[in-house]
Amino acid sequence: MTRFDLTRFPKVNAVLRNRWPQFLLRAITLAGFTFTILAGLFGSAVGSHNFAIIFVWIAWWSALKLFFIPFGGRSWCSICPIPMAGEWLQRGGILEPGKKKVGLGKRWPRFLRGNWLQAFGFLMIGLFSAVTLTSAKITAIVLLAIILLSLLLSLIFERRAFCNYLCPIGGFTGLYAQAGPVEVRVKEAEVCAAHSEKLCYDACPWGQYPLALKSSANCGLCMECLRVCPKDNIAVNLRPWGSDLQADTRHNLSEAFLGLVMLASALVDSAIFSGPWGNLKMAAYNIGSRDWFLFAGIFLVAALILLPGFYALCVSWASKLGEKRRTLQKALAHYSQALVPLGLMAWIAFTISFAFVKFAYVLPVIADPLGWGWNLIGLQSKAGVGQSSAFSLILQVIVLAAGLFWTTRVTRRISESNRQSLPLILFSSAFTLGMLWLLIG
Amino acid sequence: MNMKKEILARVLVIGLLLIAIAVPVGGYLISSANMDHVVELHARMPENGGWSVGNITVQVGQPITLHMTSDDVVHGFAIGKSDQPTIEIMPGEFVDTTLTFDKTGTYTFYCTHWCGPNHWRMRGTIEVTGAGPASQLDSEPLYLQLGIDIDAPHLAKVVPTIQPSAEHGAKLAYLLPDYATSRQTYLTTSPADLWLKLRSEPSLSKLTDSDLWDVVRWLWERQTTPESLSSGLKIFIDFAAAAHGMTGKGDGVMVKGRPTMTPENMGHTLVRPPDFTDPHTLLGASPALLEGKIIRGGMGTGMPSWGAIFTQQQIDAIVGYLYTIAWNSVGVSSATPTQDMSHP
Repeated sequence: MTRFDLTRFPKVNAVLRNRWPQFLLRAITLAGFTFTILAGLFGSAVGSHNFAIIFVWIAWWSALKLFFIPFGGRSWCSICPIPMAGEWLQRGGILEPGKKKVGLGKRWPRFLRGNWLQAFGFLMIGLFSAVTLTSAKITAIVLLAIILLSLLLSLIFERRAFCNYLCPIGGFTGLYAQAGPVEVRVKEAEVCAAHSEKLCYDACPWGQYPLALKSSANCGLCMECLRVCPKDNIAVNLRPWGSDLQADTRHNLSEAFLGLVMLASALVDSAIFSGPWGNLKMAAYNIGSRDWFLFAGIFLVAALILLPGFYALCVSWASKLGEKRRTLQKALAHYSQALVPLGLMAWIAFTISFAFVKFAYVLPVIADPLGWGWNLIGLQSKAGVGQSSAFSLILQVIVLAAGLFWTTRVTRRISESNRQSLPLILFSSAFTLGMLWLLIG
Repeated sequence: MNMKKEILARVLVIGLLLIAIAVPVGGYLISSANMDHVVELHARMPENGGWSVGNITVQVGQPITLHMTSDDVVHGFAIGKSDQPTIEIMPGEFVDTTLTFDKTGTYTFYCTHWCGPNHWRMRGTIEVTGAGPASQLDSEPLYLQLGIDIDAPHLAKVVPTIQPSAEHGAKLAYLLPDYATSRQTYLTTSPADLWLKLRSEPSLSKLTDSDLWDVVRWLWERQTTPESLSSGLKIFIDFAAAAHGMTGKGDGVMVKGRPTMTPENMGHTLVRPPDFTDPHTLLGASPALLEGKIIRGGMGTGMPSWGAIFTQQQIDAIVGYLYTIAWNSVGVSSATPTQDMSHP
């Protein structure tokens, strides 16, 4: 399939290889992250007037889904501040690797590999989302806990243990990065095969070997391999969307689980934040109450039993319609690719539903980030809350329809026949109708 | 590794982190440096902690600025027994007000919005100290001077059967003994008791029972004015209707689901306020008694005490308005069977 190697342009190549641009972005995001935690801890208790709520849950969370992932795959991971401190210690230098490396460098336990913990973390975010998303203090505490956990893990384990196995956002971003239009790959496989020094593998914070890279799920686009390759054999490609989703690409069961958890979370978040049920919102908010346990129970049953059950049913039906004999486990993993465009577009549609309404909060919160009554940028008037317009509703319908269309294409591509793709298309259609109902109906 | 570049990078990281920390810390220090005579007051629902500062002390004549914001929902700020206008406090936004007290004493500030089920608990005090005239905030109310037990049952022994006409009562006024028209009698006697007393006057024996009720209604209405009545109605709607209901029936939103008051459940459980549209309830109460209930509130009934909030004029207005509910309900309401409604 067509690829467009960005490193062919000397200027782009120079920018990607140079450590300073990325370093500066990371230093800024780290300072921003620190400020966010302080704002959350000491700023206004009113979420709409606190930088932590507006920048994390409105600006960043929207930008991740509307911009970073669809146009850059895991590009956010390349400037994410969370693993930075640990990574600098691990490699003994802030700008580039040094000699004094800190950390035990243990290997991550085999039984904890895969996306299971990330999916679990995302479920937890979903269960507590009504509070996390509205309380600046809790947001700050969660961010602080995450950054400390990441630092601790990088002192014990090798490379980016937190990003690879624990970070819920890493799971989310990695899953959907497979559909993203950017990839790091080797230019000529033979060059790497003949090169015995695996400098790229040693340098990769993510533990990837570029020659073996078939999916962008676990590549954080940090460009370290590009910088250390003595053969200039690393390409940074623009590629068609959804390139990692093919009949012959390898996928594992934890990806299927992650994909299903993401779908369930999109449904539940839409139901809480866009649905017409005030009681549901109240239940999600009153953590520890009887109603909340009911909500949590329904959420977990939907995410762990109903949706996976329906998916498994469709997959086993599809398997029966084909020639190739796969175990159910392999079939579940294989068809999980269909969940990628479906989930990505559902999350984009959900984001549109609130981003349009809430984006008006961003400027005021820059003028008064802690909600202490400042006016740093001389805003004349307070921005009012936007309205969800007919335009945003139409856009959501288009995005969901495009998601279903895209999923159908992927499903047909990874199926042996059109007939075999029908059960998964049925699954995707049912999910899309559910999202449509929650967001628009 | 190029040490020069590495050091530059480290300096940059530390510099940016310092900026991130300096903005909130510096901002806090700068704003608190200008905080002489400024009190930062956060309004929160009582469930979230109420006013962040419950007690403010200020010198008489010394201006004090309140820098107020709400941490949850819309609240209002007002000072009891003063003509200071009410201030809206919006979540996350700051509003300032500067107050100067010219009399010493303890003032009560309170929330003016139905912010939550315990809204009325959202109160604080401002202690004004120093050398200066004392405010008359705490003079002894009439019900205490008279020693009225405001918790004792006070149902009217008699009530009119047809709606009395004050206009007709006015025409019979010339027959009345002097004591009937005095303000003191009005304040200390219930309409039913005065009716009974007048009924026993030989000079009025020619008047029919309903004539006599016309006279009593007239006696009550001459103690108030249309302006006072409309002010009483407004206060009733703003402060009382949530519990007592818009019509005074005792069915406000805050008491939904509570049982009606009976002699059996009284004092054991939170009940609804009594039905003001049953004339027995109010025609058996003297203005001093109603004033006492308003000032003190209902012990154990959930009725707030309003003594620190309303001026004497406002209380007079509410009392005057309450009797109009009773008069206008005669012959209209399907009054509930007589019950012992000794509580407010």
